[in-house]
Amino acid sequence: MADVTAGSDPNPKTGSTGDVVRASLARRNRKQTILQVLGLGAISFAFLMLFILIASLVSTGYQAFTQTHITLEVFIDPEEVPLERLPRGGFDDVLDASLAAMLEGVDPNDRATMRALGNLLSNGAQFKLRDRVVEDPDLVGQTVTIAVPVSDPYDQLNKGLIDRETPEQYRRLKDFEIAWFDQLTASDAISEPLNIGLISNPDSRFPELAGLKGALIGSFWALLVCFLISFPLGIGAAIYLEEFAPKNKFSDFVEVNINNLAAVPSVVFGLLALAVFIGWFGLPRSAPFVGGMTLALMTMPTIIIATRAALKAVPPSIREAALGVGASKHQVVFGHVLPLAMPGILTGTIIGLAQALGETAPLLLIGMNAFITSAPSGPFDSATALPTQIFIWADSPERGFVSRTSAAILVLLGFLITMNAVSIFLRNKFERSW
Amino acid sequence: MTAIAFLALLCVSILGYLLNRQAATRLRANGTRLHSVPGYHGLYALLSTIVPVAVLVVFWLMLQGPLIDRFTMSGLPAGSLDEVDAGGRQLVLTEIKSIARGRIFGNPEAWKVDAADRYVWMHAVAGWMLLGIVTVASLGIVGFARSCVAADFRARHGVERITSGLMLFCSTIAIFTTLGIIAALLFESIRFFERVPITEFLFGLNWEPQIPLREDQIAAEGAFGWIPVFLGTLVITVVALFLAVPVGLLSAIYLNEFAPSRLRAVAKPVLEILAGVPTVVYGFFAILVVAPAIRSFGATLGIPVSPNTALAAGSVMGIMLIPFISSFTDDALSAVPKSLRDGALALGATRAETVLNVLFPAAIPGIVGGILLAISRAIGETMIVVMAAGLIASLTINPLDSVTTVTVQIVTLLIGDTSFDNPKTLAAFALGMMLFIVTLAINVFALRIVRKYREAYE
Repeated sequence: MADVTAGSDPNPKTGSTGDVVRASLARRNRKQTILQVLGLGAISFAFLMLFILIASLVSTGYQAFTQTHITLEVFIDPEEVPLERLPRGGFDDVLDASLAAMLEGVDPNDRATMRALGNLLSNGAQFKLRDRVVEDPDLVGQTVTIAVPVSDPYDQLNKGLIDRETPEQYRRLKDFEIAWFDQLTASDAISEPLNIGLISNPDSRFPELAGLKGALIGSFWALLVCFLISFPLGIGAAIYLEEFAPKNKFSDFVEVNINNLAAVPSVVFGLLALAVFIGWFGLPRSAPFVGGMTLALMTMPTIIIATRAALKAVPPSIREAALGVGASKHQVVFGHVLPLAMPGILTGTIIGLAQALGETAPLLLIGMNAFITSAPSGPFDSATALPTQIFIWADSPERGFVSRTSAAILVLLGFLITMNAVSIFLRNKFERSW
Repeated sequence: MTAIAFLALLCVSILGYLLNRQAATRLRANGTRLHSVPGYHGLYALLSTIVPVAVLVVFWLMLQGPLIDRFTMSGLPAGSLDEVDAGGRQLVLTEIKSIARGRIFGNPEAWKVDAADRYVWMHAVAGWMLLGIVTVASLGIVGFARSCVAADFRARHGVERITSGLMLFCSTIAIFTTLGIIAALLFESIRFFERVPITEFLFGLNWEPQIPLREDQIAAEGAFGWIPVFLGTLVITVVALFLAVPVGLLSAIYLNEFAPSRLRAVAKPVLEILAGVPTVVYGFFAILVVAPAIRSFGATLGIPVSPNTALAAGSVMGIMLIPFISSFTDDALSAVPKSLRDGALALGATRAETVLNVLFPAAIPGIVGGILLAISRAIGETMIVVMAAGLIASLTINPLDSVTTVTVQIVTLLIGDTSFDNPKTLAAFALGMMLFIVTLAINVFALRIVRKYREAYE
């Protein structure tokens, strides 16, 4: 075709459309290239930002996954730790004495030196020793080998985060303290095992002891409550709106409400929870139960929208066949449509729960950012949640919390990725295309 | 005790299910033709027991706490509360409750200990009463349901009526939530406006929500004018949009029109990851990386940059909004009918010309709707600004300065144990109401645009 048209015009006149087009073609193509380059630049920018985000978290966070420990040969002096006074006793003195014995040139009677030496060990070291002795009181009077965490500055020194070149007065550790640590390193007393405490310890003011146990359990309860409330209510509402609701003003009103709720800022839900759940109903502050109820209100629109889409995707032939053999409308929906829509509903629910897991602002307002040093034992105990714990740590001035915060974020992102992977797996495995 | 009551309810209703089903099965075994299959007779007993009794329990639990509190206070010996105001009464009650929980600080007066004992006793009695009522009521209903089992009893219709009612209730939750939000914000805001005139709040140019600790403290009043706070919100929103709109638009256009399919397969999930990152993570990213980077960049240029510069919070918020805008643009571009694109290409337009001169104008309403929704997200976004923006409200539009936002003020005013009748707490609700109104208006407008536009091409 094109050839014929071109051939039918053997003598193109000057100034014809073809010439105008040809003359402008370079300019127009240049414009297209510019647009393409800009678009590629925009995409690369988004990629780059995600890369920097992840890289900065990993590069600061990986260090919190190990914790510097020191292995001590502790003689449990019956004079400091008398059997009859257990669980009390001078466990810190016992530890300091054993530390002094490992170092050259430390006078155990010089109180200033001993105090500086005591700062080498984490505040939790004495409790670790105490628990061990309380468990087995026969240890009093014997020598035990125990690995205890070192305090935050020495942990940072060991991980290379304190620059030895910095002038002494600007450094967190003085020259003699660094010398101590080097001596201990030389004698193989220092180890850097995996930091189990990051998961198994509750929160603490001391970075080397702080862990996520309370936050993980708090988040678990909150998510459980959120799921138990939002899943049945969301499905119920979606089935009603999709299958049963008559087309009238009321149904429209409900629909408008759901769409608007999905776009209300999360902090407003926090205000609602504070005024209604805590202020009017008198539910306890900082409780995962209240957090879960708040998150349920926010998750419900997501679940409703996902459920309606899944119900819509079930082909009418299924309904018609069931109706045709005499099933009632309810039997059609609950016996056939709902089971077929379940994979889609579950996918939407998991995505909604993943969003709820990362939600912070409403939990701050109901007080789930309290400083709590014990893990909650139920949904009504005070607790923090994973994202609020991140917020608390990000606000803490101690240097050691920077890497803890990044590590906690990595843990949170790990959970989110797992949940999303599960939902993708469900979708691929069970969703049928009709 | 509440858990036991619920357990009892569950057990009794399951018992009802089994009883009814068995009775119906026996009827059928005798040769009777049933209207409903035995399972429906069982379900009828189960649902008609569980639903009303559970509602009863919930109402009981809602009333129990406040009623016992009131009885505790009214049962105090005469004269013990004579010189105490409302706040003091609340403190006494809190102390009695903590004694009741076994947390005794110092040496409380004997009457408080007595009151705590009575408080514990009343809770125990209430718990037993609840258990008793639940058991009796559920057994009664089960007995009634059992007597209904008959050949022509329409158990399936009953079950379907109940489930329909339950589903209707589920769908009204959204309405109740909206009503709850409006009621909570309105109530507390009205209490706020009783203390601070509404004109001062709406038009005041100072925001200094400090509250005097003593009566005679100087600078006692505190100022509650929301203009500087809102201005700060706008500054950060504008910064965010300056980043997000061009990047989001261009990447959507590129992905939709030019990208090789392999790049598209990678880029879409990456954008989804960017959208799924929790905002608290973005906030930490802002203080860990972006703010220091902006400051050192400013230092090399010799420009003084505030440590909490609006630029840091705004640009990180912009990164958060990129996937949002890009996906809305993507939807809008794909919704343009294929005939428009084919027509333009057939006339000899380059693909860039097709996008810019044909598709883009046709998609403008959808894109504008998406940008409006992004604005509302930015205004309501909390964690990024709480972590990276400032606390002091200042009347400035310079993005290098530190500004504060509505959400930052709400969070800082409410963090910590403040009582409810404090203007500082109430101010947060007034700000929350303004936030709700502004975002709601934008959302309704944007959703309307998006919907109208979709209808136009369907």
